[in-house]
Amino acid sequence: MSDATPRKRAGNTAPTSAERLQRLLALVPYVVSRKAVGLADTADAFGLTERELVDDLNLLWCVELRNPDPYCPIDLSYEGGEIVVSQAESIGRPLRLAVDEASALLIALRMLADVPGLEDRSALSRVIAKLEAAAGEAAAPSAQVAVQVERPAGDEALAQIRDALARQRRLHLRYYVPGRDEATERDVDPMRLLVVEGRTYLEGWCRRADGVRLFRLDRVLGVQVLDTPAEVPADAQPVDVDQGLFRPSDDDVHVVLEVSANGRWVAEDYPTESVTELGEGRLRVQLRTPDTRWVRRLALRLGEDGRIVAPDELRTQVRDDATAALTAYAS
Amino acid sequence: MSRRKTERLLSLVVCLLSTRRYLTAEQIRQAVAGYPEQPEAFKRMFERDKEELRELGIPLETGPISPLDGEDTGYRVQRQAYELPELVLEADEAAVLGLAARVWRNAELAGAAAGALLKLRAAGIDTDDAGPDTRQGIEPRVHTTEPAFGPLWEAVRDRRPVTFAYRAAGRSEPQTRELEPWGVVNRRGRWYVAGRDRDRDAPRVFRLGRIAGPVKFSGPPGSVTMPPGTDVREVVRTMDSSPPREHTALLRVRPGAAFGLRRYATLVTGPDAAATGTPAADGWDTISVQYSGTSWFADQVASFGAAAVVLEPPDLRDAVIRRLKGALA
Repeated sequence: MSDATPRKRAGNTAPTSAERLQRLLALVPYVVSRKAVGLADTADAFGLTERELVDDLNLLWCVELRNPDPYCPIDLSYEGGEIVVSQAESIGRPLRLAVDEASALLIALRMLADVPGLEDRSALSRVIAKLEAAAGEAAAPSAQVAVQVERPAGDEALAQIRDALARQRRLHLRYYVPGRDEATERDVDPMRLLVVEGRTYLEGWCRRADGVRLFRLDRVLGVQVLDTPAEVPADAQPVDVDQGLFRPSDDDVHVVLEVSANGRWVAEDYPTESVTELGEGRLRVQLRTPDTRWVRRLALRLGEDGRIVAPDELRTQVRDDATAALTAYAS
Repeated sequence: MSRRKTERLLSLVVCLLSTRRYLTAEQIRQAVAGYPEQPEAFKRMFERDKEELRELGIPLETGPISPLDGEDTGYRVQRQAYELPELVLEADEAAVLGLAARVWRNAELAGAAAGALLKLRAAGIDTDDAGPDTRQGIEPRVHTTEPAFGPLWEAVRDRRPVTFAYRAAGRSEPQTRELEPWGVVNRRGRWYVAGRDRDRDAPRVFRLGRIAGPVKFSGPPGSVTMPPGTDVREVVRTMDSSPPREHTALLRVRPGAAFGLRRYATLVTGPDAAATGTPAADGWDTISVQYSGTSWFADQVASFGAAAVVLEPPDLRDAVIRRLKGALA
């Protein structure tokens, strides 16, 4: 199923008249351009129940103009579950794309042109040109919005990952985990590439963690395509990219830290659970994490611009880390 | 109630599309069922209906009509201005379009993307469905979690100036800024707006995540003009680009640690170095790293704690020590 289909509305939230009008103006050309279509398929395409669709069709059929003699501009039937529009008068073609509509598609298409490893570039430029032509003036403002996608430094790493995806081969990765400051070695069965927030990730079944993991391509230190076929378990759950990539779990450590105005970037750069203004630009930041090692490193980096409030043992660890580092400078 | 309104609006659209000459309000009232007899009530309802049609993007035209009709303004919708031009997509093009429409899922323009797709389907295009994502093996998304995105996009689209409270990096209190927005750009996963700052009379870039409170329009649509030839991507890139790495630091790093620094090191000596290295007595490596700003690089080095020690330059060494002492406090 295509996900951009309007979602089925929840029970009692009726669309506004304007929304329904929009739908009706699309419904007639939808049928006309296909000569004849089934009720069930059409209802599906419009995110409606068959009953709602039939109600729409009846409404269209009932339209009457008195000009000066009454006449019905639209004639249609849906006998036997098949819709046929025999007279569509002036609304046989869909309405032009509005600026927002043309922009949503054009901005996204131009972003795709930046996405590393997308193979179908010729289709991409063709569809951009056609859409610009069809949208006319409505296409202009889209040029003022852009989503840039970072190109990971190692293009050859990407090529190998794509090769492994295409041939369904296992990968050996050397991967940098900044939070732990470790270069890790692991075998990964690749699932797909995600481009989220301008960054490219490999999603795969990590054989070391025995779970689905995301690997940021700019942190891949080395990659090797193995001869072993990839074996992603049938019950492997792909990450739901629409819920955000990093989801806290109940087992996570609950961390509270306070930062000065200079440390506010922490709230912008890390997924937080809550952020409270403390005045003078200071913030209290709460977050959950399965591994606190990166928070220790963050606290060292913040210096006097940050302070761990909880948990206690984390505060102690940071103090120990700082003392150990200062000892190295004292010698 | 709502059904009757939908019927009336639909009749109005068909009526206006079916005429070549301009129709007076009175002629429209007679042709379209559902308008009240009472002139004032009709006028109010007709005004609202016209507004609704315009909001849907229906190109409602007004024009002069013969004085014999008793009114001076008439209305019509030209087919050519209303209709989506002929558009035929190959299967591969339709697949890419389906992928593009999903980019905004759960983000600000999701509704607009779905609306566009609906119109394209209405034009006979099938953008689906086996999931081009699975075929392409790639799934792109953009998020618009910053509340300022919606109003700023409208301001850019309608060329309106805006005001907002902005908290610059390291500032304790937000300041009010007035901006003629030229464009909105997502860079490294963050949204920025670029434009002319009215108070400073100069181009400025603001991060949407640092806008505190609502974005308000401070002028009418069409009152912002972008200087010809402006590329908003370029404006944002210039403001955000990192300076050249012109300083060199020498650090001692613990074997098997500080990979975040080693990745950018230009010289490594010690046990971790390849064949060329000379092992140091205590087993640590010495690395040389190019950097730009002392403050930024001191942040990086401090985060490695005891695993990395700055040998030189002294100002970097002092900056790292200051951070470590700060973390003790």
